[in-house]
Amino acid sequence: MEFRYLPMTNEDKQDMLDTIGIPSTDALFSDIPEKIRFQGDLNLKKPANEQQLMKELSSMANKNANLKQYSSFLGAGVYDHFIPSVVDHVISRSEFYTAYTPYQPEISQGELQAIFEFQTMISELTGMPVANSSMYDGGTSLAEAVNLSAAQTKKKKILVSKAIHPESRAVIETYAKGPNLEIVEIDHQNGLTDLDQLERELDENTASVVIQYPNFFGQIEPLQQVKDLMDQQKKAMFIVSSNPLALGYLTPPGEFGADIVVGDTQVFGIPAQFGGPHCGYFATTKKLMRKTPGRLVGQTTDEDGVRGFVLTLQAREQHIRRDKATSNICSNQALNALASSVAMTSIGKHGLKKMAALNMQKARYAKQKLEEAGFTVFTKGAFFNELVVTLHKSVSEINEQLLDQGIIGGYDLAFAYPELKGHMLVAVTEIRTKEEIDAFVKELGDING
Amino acid sequence: MANKDFPLIFERSKPGRTSYSLPELDVPEVDLDAELDVAYIRQEAPDLPEVSELELMRHYTGLSNRNYGVDSGFYPLGSCTMKYNPKINEDVARLDGFSHIHPHQDAKSVQGALEMLYDLQTALREITGMHEVSLQPAAGAQGEWTALMMIRAFHEANGDFERTKVIVPDSAHGTNPASAAVAGFDAVTVKSNDRGLVDLEDLKRVVGKDTAALMLTNPNTLGLFETEIMEMAAVVHGAGGKLYYDGANLNAIMGYTRPGDMGFDAVHLNLHKTFTGPHGGGGPGSGPVGVSKELEPYLPKPILVKANDGYKFEYDRPNSIGRVKPYYGNFGINLRAYTYIRTMGAEGLKKVSEFAVLNANYMMRKLEKEYELPYNQHCKHEFVLSGKKQKKLGVRTLDVAKRLLDYGYHPPTIYFPLNVEEALMVEPTETESKETLDGFIETMLTIAEETKNNPELVQEAPHNTIVKRMDETTAARKPILRYNKAD
Repeated sequence: MEFRYLPMTNEDKQDMLDTIGIPSTDALFSDIPEKIRFQGDLNLKKPANEQQLMKELSSMANKNANLKQYSSFLGAGVYDHFIPSVVDHVISRSEFYTAYTPYQPEISQGELQAIFEFQTMISELTGMPVANSSMYDGGTSLAEAVNLSAAQTKKKKILVSKAIHPESRAVIETYAKGPNLEIVEIDHQNGLTDLDQLERELDENTASVVIQYPNFFGQIEPLQQVKDLMDQQKKAMFIVSSNPLALGYLTPPGEFGADIVVGDTQVFGIPAQFGGPHCGYFATTKKLMRKTPGRLVGQTTDEDGVRGFVLTLQAREQHIRRDKATSNICSNQALNALASSVAMTSIGKHGLKKMAALNMQKARYAKQKLEEAGFTVFTKGAFFNELVVTLHKSVSEINEQLLDQGIIGGYDLAFAYPELKGHMLVAVTEIRTKEEIDAFVKELGDING
Repeated sequence: MANKDFPLIFERSKPGRTSYSLPELDVPEVDLDAELDVAYIRQEAPDLPEVSELELMRHYTGLSNRNYGVDSGFYPLGSCTMKYNPKINEDVARLDGFSHIHPHQDAKSVQGALEMLYDLQTALREITGMHEVSLQPAAGAQGEWTALMMIRAFHEANGDFERTKVIVPDSAHGTNPASAAVAGFDAVTVKSNDRGLVDLEDLKRVVGKDTAALMLTNPNTLGLFETEIMEMAAVVHGAGGKLYYDGANLNAIMGYTRPGDMGFDAVHLNLHKTFTGPHGGGGPGSGPVGVSKELEPYLPKPILVKANDGYKFEYDRPNSIGRVKPYYGNFGINLRAYTYIRTMGAEGLKKVSEFAVLNANYMMRKLEKEYELPYNQHCKHEFVLSGKKQKKLGVRTLDVAKRLLDYGYHPPTIYFPLNVEEALMVEPTETESKETLDGFIETMLTIAEETKNNPELVQEAPHNTIVKRMDETTAARKPILRYNKAD
C-alpha cells in the first residue's frame, strides 16, 4: 500500500537505519515494555483512495439537511448569515492555515498583524479598549470571564441571567466547579431578566452579574438599568455576552460600563458547521488587561525602527506561569478570527449597520406576518433578529413537518425552558427573502392549525 | 518583500469605499428607531475598514506573504507535530452538507454528520485503547481540564474529597499544571531522573492519599518513552489516584502501544497535531477525551449513541461533569481528522509513527556531532538538544533559532522543556523527505561552524527577514493592543 503523505523510499530508510546503526525500525521501539506492546493491527476501516473517500464522504454529507438547500429559521446562538466569497479565498491561503501560533515574529508578521487588526475591530464593536486574539467560542469565553471575575474580586457568588444561552450557562456551571463558585440563576419575566430578583440577590458577596445583549430570546436587555442597580455593589463586575452583529445597530456594552464583553464572531464569515469551530471573542478594560486569558498581540518596532507585531504580556499565560496562569488556554481560534476579520472588512463600517438593520427589518416583517396570521407572539419589547412565537403543538412535531416542506423551523424552547413548552424561537437573518418568510408563516399556520 | 511598514487595513481605508454585497430589503421598511429607546441606538458607527474588494484581497494576500506555514517549508516545531495538512480534508470540510448544518437541527436531519462523528469516536477508541470517547473538548488544554474534572467527579462520587493534588512531571507542558489549577487542584511536581524519565522514587515520595491523578505524556516532552510506565501506574493506582495521558505525543506510538493498555484512565488527543487538523495560525484545534469504563459515567454530556432508530445525543447522564463547550465540539476539525484516518487506515497510521520516529532518530544522530545531546538514547518522534556548547561561545539558543530564519526554516521549539538548559526541541514529523531533513541538518551544522568562526553573524540574526528582532520589552511595558487613528 502506498501512502501519498509519506515520502520515505526503501533506499532512504536503509540509509537512515545505517546512520543510526540499527538493523530495522523495530529497534527504535524496543524500549516499550513487551507487556504493553500492541499486537496485530488496529481494527480500523481500510484506507480509502482520494476519489473513493470523497464519494463516501459526499454521500454522508448528502444525508444532512443543509442550510443552503433548506430555508432556515433556526438561530439560538448559531446563525445563517451571508458569507462574502473573499473570506474562503483568504483563509484557504496555506501560509495562514498551515502555520501555528506566531512564536517567531520575524516570519509571522502576517498572522500577528491580522490578529492585531481583529483585536481592533472587536474593540471598536464592543466599545472596550482591550480585546484578545480569540477564545474557543462564545460559551467558553463567557465561562472564562466568570472565573476571572471571581479571581479578581475574591468573591464567589455569580448572578447569571436565565435569558443567557442555556448551553453557555451549562458551560459556566462546569467551569465554576473548579474554583467552587456559587451560581445563582436570575429568572426571566416575559423574556427579559427579572431585575427585581437581580436586585434582591445582588450583595457584597457578588463577584459578577452576567447578562446577554440581545438575550437568548432575541430581546434587548436594559443594560443601563442593570448597571444602575450594580452601583450599590461597586466591586461586582458587569459581564455582557453580545452578538457582535447586533452591535452594528445597538449601543455597545462598553458605553454602559461593562467590565468584560464576550461573544462569538460566528456571525461574521464562519459557517454553522454543526456548532464548531466558531470563534469566541473576549474584550475588557485596561484595568483587567494583564488578567486577560488567551493570546494578545501588541505593536512594537524592530531593531531598525520598522513597525511590527509580537505576542505580548505572556507572563499571564500557561507556558510561563504554569499553575499560576490566568487560564489554561493555549491554542485558540486564529483561523476563524481571520475569517471574521475578512468578513468584517468586507462588510465594513457602513455595511455593518445596514446588515444589522436588514436583520431587524426582516424579523419585524416576520413578526407582523405571524400576528396577521393569528399567532400569539410572545416577544413584547425591543428585539434584534429573533422572536418567540406561541404554538398549539409541540415545536419538535411542527419542525418535523416543516422539514418536509423544505423549511428548518426555529428552536424548541421547551428543551431548556420547561415553562415555555410550545414556544418556538424564530431567527430571521438578512438572507431570508420575503417569499421564504411568507411561506414559513403559511406552513406554520397550516401545521399549527 | 520590502523591509518597510506594511499598512494596517485601517490605514488603507477611505470613506465611501465598500466591498460588501448585501441582500436587498425586500420587505416593507419600518422605522426601527421608533421602537427602540434612544439610549440603545448606537450613535457612532464602529470604525471598521472601508476598502474595495481588490484592496481587501491585496491586503490579506500581502499578509499571507508575510507568514510561514508547513506548505512554505520545514517547520520542526517540537511538541506541535507540524505535519502536512492534506488538501482533501479541506475540500471535505467545505461540503455544504457538513459546513452548513446547524447544531440544533433535529437528529434525524443530520444522520450523516452523526454517523461520521460516531465512526470517528470508534476509531479513536481503537487507537487509544480506551473504553469511550467524547469529541466535545475544543482543544488540547480543554481536553486536559475535562479529563481532570472527570477524575475529580469520580473521587467525589466515592466520598473522597481529600484528593486535592495533581502530580505533574518537571518536563511537562505548561498547560498541565494550568489545567490542574483551573480544575481546582494543586499541582505538585515530580522530578526527572538522569535518564530524562520520571524518577520512580520521587514519584513514590510525592504520591499519597491526597493524590487525585498523575498527568503524563508518553513519550515525554524529551521525546523519550517512559519505560517504567507500568510501575508508575501501579504506584499511582495503589494510592487510589488516577492516571491521565496527555496525547500531545501520540504521533510516536500509533499501532505500537496504546494509552489504555499502559494503564491510563483518561486521555486527551490533539486532533490538530496527530490527525492533521490543521493548526490554522494558532487554532482552531480539537481535543477529544477518552476514558476507562470506570470514568465513563462522568463524560461531558451529551454523548453520542447509536440506537435502533439511528444516531442521537443522549442527555440523561446523571453523573456527567456537564457541558464543557456549547454544541458538540469542533465538528469541522473532527471531520478533517476523520478524513485523515480514513485515508491512512491501520497500516498507514503505524507507518506514520514508524517514520516520525525514524526521522527524529536520524536527525538526532547527525546533529549530536555539534549540539549536546543531554540524553543519549533512541528517541521517539522528537528529541531535545542543548545549546550549552554554543552558549560558551556567546551564542544563545535564541540566536541559533533566529539564524535558521535566514536559511528559510521555521526554528524548533526553544527553551522547552524547562529541565534542559538552552533547549532546542526538534520534531521533524513523518511527512518530510530525507532531502529536507538533510538540508536542515546541513544548515544546523553550518550554524554551529558560524558560531565558532563568526559568532556575531549568528548573534545578530536574522538578516534576511522582512523585519528584524522585535522590541518585546517595550511591547509588554507599554502595550499597544489596537490601532488608534491618533497614533
